[in-house]
Amino acid sequence: MKRKTIKNLLLVLVLTTLTIALSACSGDKAGENSDSSSITIGIPQDVEDSLDPHKAVAAGTEEVFFNIYEGLVKPDSDGNLVPAVASDYAISEDGITYTFTLREGIKFHDGNPVTVDDIKYSLDRCADTSNGDPLVSAFSNIDSVNIVDDKTVEVVLKEADTEFLFYLTNAIIPASNEDPAKNAIGTGPYMFVSHTMQESFVMKKFDDYWGTPANIDNITLKVCANADSIAMDLNGGSINMFARVPTEQAAQLKDNFEVQEGTMNLVQALYINNEVEPFNDPRVRQALCYALDRQNVMDMVADGKGTPVGSSMYPAFGKYYMEELNDLYTTNYDKAKELLAEAGYPDGFSFTMTVPSNYTQHVSTAQVLAEQFKNIGVDAQINLVEWDTWLSDVYTDRNFETTVVGVDASSMTGRAMLERFVSTAPNNFINYNNPEYDEVFAKALAETDDAKKTEYYKECERILAEDAANVYIQDLACLVAIDKKYAGYEFYPLYVQDYSKLYLVEEQ
Amino acid sequence: MKKEKNWNLIIGCVLTGMTIIFVLVGFFYTPYDPETMDVTAKLAGVSAAHPMGCDNFGRDILSRVMKGSGTTLVVAAGTVAIGTMAGILIGAFTGYYGGVLDEVLMRIIDALFAFPSILLALVFISLLGPGKYNVIVALGIAFIPSFSRIVRSQFLYQRNMDYVSSAKLQGASDIRIMFVHILPNTLSVLRSSVMIGFNNAVLAEAGMSYLGIGVQPPDASLGRMLSEAQSYLFAAPGFALFPGFVIIVMVLGFSLLAEGMKDA
Repeated sequence: MKRKTIKNLLLVLVLTTLTIALSACSGDKAGENSDSSSITIGIPQDVEDSLDPHKAVAAGTEEVFFNIYEGLVKPDSDGNLVPAVASDYAISEDGITYTFTLREGIKFHDGNPVTVDDIKYSLDRCADTSNGDPLVSAFSNIDSVNIVDDKTVEVVLKEADTEFLFYLTNAIIPASNEDPAKNAIGTGPYMFVSHTMQESFVMKKFDDYWGTPANIDNITLKVCANADSIAMDLNGGSINMFARVPTEQAAQLKDNFEVQEGTMNLVQALYINNEVEPFNDPRVRQALCYALDRQNVMDMVADGKGTPVGSSMYPAFGKYYMEELNDLYTTNYDKAKELLAEAGYPDGFSFTMTVPSNYTQHVSTAQVLAEQFKNIGVDAQINLVEWDTWLSDVYTDRNFETTVVGVDASSMTGRAMLERFVSTAPNNFINYNNPEYDEVFAKALAETDDAKKTEYYKECERILAEDAANVYIQDLACLVAIDKKYAGYEFYPLYVQDYSKLYLVEEQ
Repeated sequence: MKKEKNWNLIIGCVLTGMTIIFVLVGFFYTPYDPETMDVTAKLAGVSAAHPMGCDNFGRDILSRVMKGSGTTLVVAAGTVAIGTMAGILIGAFTGYYGGVLDEVLMRIIDALFAFPSILLALVFISLLGPGKYNVIVALGIAFIPSFSRIVRSQFLYQRNMDYVSSAKLQGASDIRIMFVHILPNTLSVLRSSVMIGFNNAVLAEAGMSYLGIGVQPPDASLGRMLSEAQSYLFAAPGFALFPGFVIIVMVLGFSLLAEGMKDA
């Protein structure tokens, strides 16, 4: 008798728990569907520790910040600059004075209105030289930032610079924010919510956005450092979108995903530390260029997708891109061996490629390169490192021989691509040092006539290619996989992701 | 009385023999160069030309499995060698002498024991950097605690035996007693733990290479291959299945062998 009571009691208990659990489940689901839309997007690397937009160096961080921060102007999907924080701007005829009108009613994410003081603060902060180099090197050309009235700011340059406007895409942040590294406050369509290291970065729609508001309310960026499992993550539903899916992963996606193809807008190359033996000899670098078979790399890595590049400029740049440089070195093993012999390495040599392991495309490329270099007797070892290690060892400390990565541009200017190879540039991680290059680049900067400027930039590209500063490979194909529940993805000619255009498609 | 056949030993020997022959052949001959890429054979399926198919770079999987199991086996052997050598030394001295030395070393070993061996190896790898030889060193160090524990307990037990006392009375030196008299008597226990250690080492190497911190590309190892195959689980299942199968055969062989030796 007693036993039966206990049994009954247990049964009741189990049933109640189940009911509660089940109803809790359905409750959650209903909430998600009705009030707020959300999307989970996979990113290959974590956003940097610092949320300070002026100090971000990694392209993967900048592409996320594109949704949070805005400059006086911002690029649109064609690469043209459109007014953002400034509603209007005027450039004086001599190209020295830029006058910006503050957009009416524009607010920061914390609800405070943007003031001309914030603009001056942000520009001054990036131009500040008290800690060494200015945060934005182009800003060293700023003579003064003047507040004309509470709607107008005037930027006066030391010398005319036709590309200066492109650098004003640099974020405007509130002067009142004491710790921009921790508090991300901008004016973009999305505002920062939380960041869990190596896990997720959460943003939500900013309701007081000045422009076309974002469509999706909540965005969770999930760090998917293991590129091999992207297809599984997508198919399994833990992420809805991934912007750079490797080809073979894309092939395994289920029918409910759409794959769009664009270009990544970067220059993938075997970046060479020009200071270390034996790479300080241009003949050695040229030999590696002659050993490269670009088509083979593309066939191996991405089923033939990708665009070859022959210098530090990718095709989306249009007028600066020099297709003819792609043919400067055609695969020629005899020529390569000859050059190696001349340089004193008739039997080849061995070196290490330090490659960030989270980028499968680069890892695969490195493997193909290692195989290709064998043809000229050069033995290339691969050292896979974590992204953080890559950033500190390779990029910051420049303690490496070679690396396979993609280098992008922060703005649509020749300068953004080419300035890093100036011998004194703080981000010249390949230690490239060529007085001729420095001179031509300085001329390009000083030139105000666009046609001539373009010529100088092209000259820079030619020098990089002829001097074989790096073994230039390709601009990678960019495959964006997106759940068919969502649409609206737009490609930019820059390395950015614009999440605000995404929208939820009506359920069928 | 008819003795029952020791099936564990027989099957273990057969499986281990098969792997070893497979590996030995791989050292001298592989159907293709395991590193030569071929665009036309990308992810090719099983065929007469490529009995296990091809990987994402068109490299012959059979050749890579042969080469890779060699790497894995060499790493395992090196690991066990380091682990047993150091383990025997530490175990012998601590077990035979006891006292303060024993206390101190055993507490250190206890502390190391608190971490799973693969985690310990991860720590050493982060100090040494990845690569085949560093993996051997790292795993070897990580394996020392378990071996020295086993050896120590044996020495502790044997040192009070009569044969040790009589050797002492005959004036044999401590070193001689330890390594000439006691050590051979611990072999039966040591043998099976070496076998099990071998197994763990194979799995640990595979695990570390799978995580990308072991053997570096383009070198092949079974774990490395599994890691690379991950992207192609659906497109080319053979890419993951064959290296996985070899790991199973290898580990199963050693386990049965260890089991069988215990009974023998």
